[in-house]
Amino acid sequence: MRQPMSRFLRPRFSAWLLVLPLFLFSAATFVVPIVMMLARSVQDPELSRAFPQTAAALALWDGRDLPPASSIDTFIAELRDARGTEGLSFAANRLNSEISGFRSMLLRTARSLPRDRQDDPVAALARIDARWGERSTWAAMRRASGPFTDGFLLAALDRQRNDDGAVVRVAEERAVFVTVLLRTLWISTLVTVFCLLLGYPVAYLLASMPGRIANPLLVLVLIPFWTSVLVRTTAWVVLLQRDGMVNGLLQRLGLIEQPLTLIYNRTGVLIAMVHVLLPLMVLPLYSVMKGIGRAPMLAAMSLGARPFEAFLRVYLPQSVAGIGAGCLLVFISALGYYVTPELAGGGGDQMISYFIAFYTNRTTNWGLAGALSLILLVVTGLLYVAYARLSRGPRAPA
Amino acid sequence: MIWSLAKRALTVLALGALLAPGDAAARDLTVVGWGGSSQAAQRRVYYEPFTAQTRVPIQEDSWSGGLGVLRTRVQAGNVTWDVVQVEADELQIGCDEGLYERIDWAAMGGRDSFMREAVSDCGVGAVAWSVGLAYDGARLREGPTSWADFWNLQRFPGQRTLRRGPKYTLEIALMSDGVPASEVYNLLRTPAGVDRAFRRLDQIKPNIVWWTAGAQPGQLLASGEVVMAAAYTSRMFAARRDDNRDLRVVWNGSIFAVDHWVVLRGSSNRDNAMRFIQFATRPENQSRFPALSFQGVTNLQAALPSDAGVAASLPTQPDNLRVAMPLDVEFWVDNIEELTQRFNAWAAR
Repeated sequence: MRQPMSRFLRPRFSAWLLVLPLFLFSAATFVVPIVMMLARSVQDPELSRAFPQTAAALALWDGRDLPPASSIDTFIAELRDARGTEGLSFAANRLNSEISGFRSMLLRTARSLPRDRQDDPVAALARIDARWGERSTWAAMRRASGPFTDGFLLAALDRQRNDDGAVVRVAEERAVFVTVLLRTLWISTLVTVFCLLLGYPVAYLLASMPGRIANPLLVLVLIPFWTSVLVRTTAWVVLLQRDGMVNGLLQRLGLIEQPLTLIYNRTGVLIAMVHVLLPLMVLPLYSVMKGIGRAPMLAAMSLGARPFEAFLRVYLPQSVAGIGAGCLLVFISALGYYVTPELAGGGGDQMISYFIAFYTNRTTNWGLAGALSLILLVVTGLLYVAYARLSRGPRAPA
Repeated sequence: MIWSLAKRALTVLALGALLAPGDAAARDLTVVGWGGSSQAAQRRVYYEPFTAQTRVPIQEDSWSGGLGVLRTRVQAGNVTWDVVQVEADELQIGCDEGLYERIDWAAMGGRDSFMREAVSDCGVGAVAWSVGLAYDGARLREGPTSWADFWNLQRFPGQRTLRRGPKYTLEIALMSDGVPASEVYNLLRTPAGVDRAFRRLDQIKPNIVWWTAGAQPGQLLASGEVVMAAAYTSRMFAARRDDNRDLRVVWNGSIFAVDHWVVLRGSSNRDNAMRFIQFATRPENQSRFPALSFQGVTNLQAALPSDAGVAASLPTQPDNLRVAMPLDVEFWVDNIEELTQRFNAWAAR
């Protein structure tokens, strides 16, 4: 019994060794950075690092009126020590995303702190900036005193904790992320549907033609697939602009009098994204259709089915696996799109990746960037699970 | 625990990248600008002469800003950029965060040799630039003269382009509404002022095309996509010269700012980087820059351009400066996140 087992095990072990480099590579360049970024969405280390004792004292504060004078004394002492350090700047940035203007207030306060210990520390701070006398300032500091927070995840869903710690909706003029998430899902859905409508006939044509015709046509699908997304998007910007080729052609044909607005709006985003993602639909469809061949259709028709009926009842069900794979590929790729909406879209067409990039690169609010990424990942994961459930049905054993 | 492990993994990766052929010290001095006509001018008057004089080769790169980009590079310990041209807000926050090497001002010729906006602990002013109202003179015979005209859809029908985001856009909206330049930021610091700016933007919202890259306004004007633009003035004059376009700039209400040279902390070429900054801010070298780039320079001893046309196209020309509004860096450092969120919520409606 033992010897055959070890014979089975040995090749398996060497196979593991072969995939080890790939495994290490993807762990180091893919899994670890993603986990780090997602961990950011619940970590809140800046304030407790710059003012550890203040953070501990604020955690004990009941949140009513103002924190006790002893806590504020601790804060003043720690702020004095933090002057000129990098930690102070990080803490100031963190607080600024709670209340706009906190950054400059904290840095200015640090510069102009009184030299000696004050009898009334709140009044001393309020002389530098009146906002130190307000409860909301200290409540914001308590919210940010970490080391963990749900604030970023709430913010990514247009929610926040108020000064009493209850979860409330943010003001309407600031609520943007739920809209953006729904918009991302909606644009991705539309792109998937258009890709399917355009891609299915193309794949069918390619699969049913003899190789000497199909192969050159297949190259026409592959060349865009191999071309940079940026190049293809920029090309669409040129084609679709007001005096561009598309408008010129439509006007010369007399179909329109005034040039259409085809770019820097939703239309431009959809056209460019459908074009960019189309090969991802055509290729899986083609590979499935190639396996079906012409025989089932011919058999159905020889048994009396009209062509359309034969297609609907025989061919289409067999190609469902390809439809599923193509739609999944296009939809999930579309969810993360950034460059194409950025270049071809307007102010109201940006998808969630735009905001992740904004908070990562511009304002360095990596907590919020992580929270938005986490939400995108969870939504994508849920959709994938739903797809896997559906496709396990009896008709499509893919 | 996971965090520190992950950090260690990243450090190992960064070290791996450094172990590529040769070692870190052998990497060429890397200077990072903002591309376009400005970097082309820098190449001719700074990069190439510096290499010719010192035999230190320069590797060029370009970027489009973002403190996060710099922070990631410095924190990962993998600094492959040495000298970077940063905007004033990146200068201020990055300096507080310790992302830059300190400037030895004695080596730069003293703080007093430079305009006030160009002097700070971590950077030396590199270029002075503006965002202003621009239009194509070939398409509009009677051009706009102020931001109020930008809002005048009857006299100037068609699309306009503004930079996507609240920066410049809100200032312009208030100026177009009759707010004097000196009052703009005071008003924007109040909720009522921000509301007023967004209400003003509502009036032309369907007629706005948003640009994101500095090259776009010129292209949009050239293709007739828009009739007016809030654009980097230097790019308009460069297009005038290079593409023979009749692009014109209205200086009234233009927004003025200074970019800075900084050296990233941990740069293995620190000494050469400082030498480069010293070279690129010397008056005799800066004097050659405006005629090529149509941007101003920061060294007060730099000679003014002899060509009157060039002089008139500079943000630093006294007549232009007088009607311009300086960008309030502190305001944007404090409010960029809040107002960007509000801007995006507004744009989505």
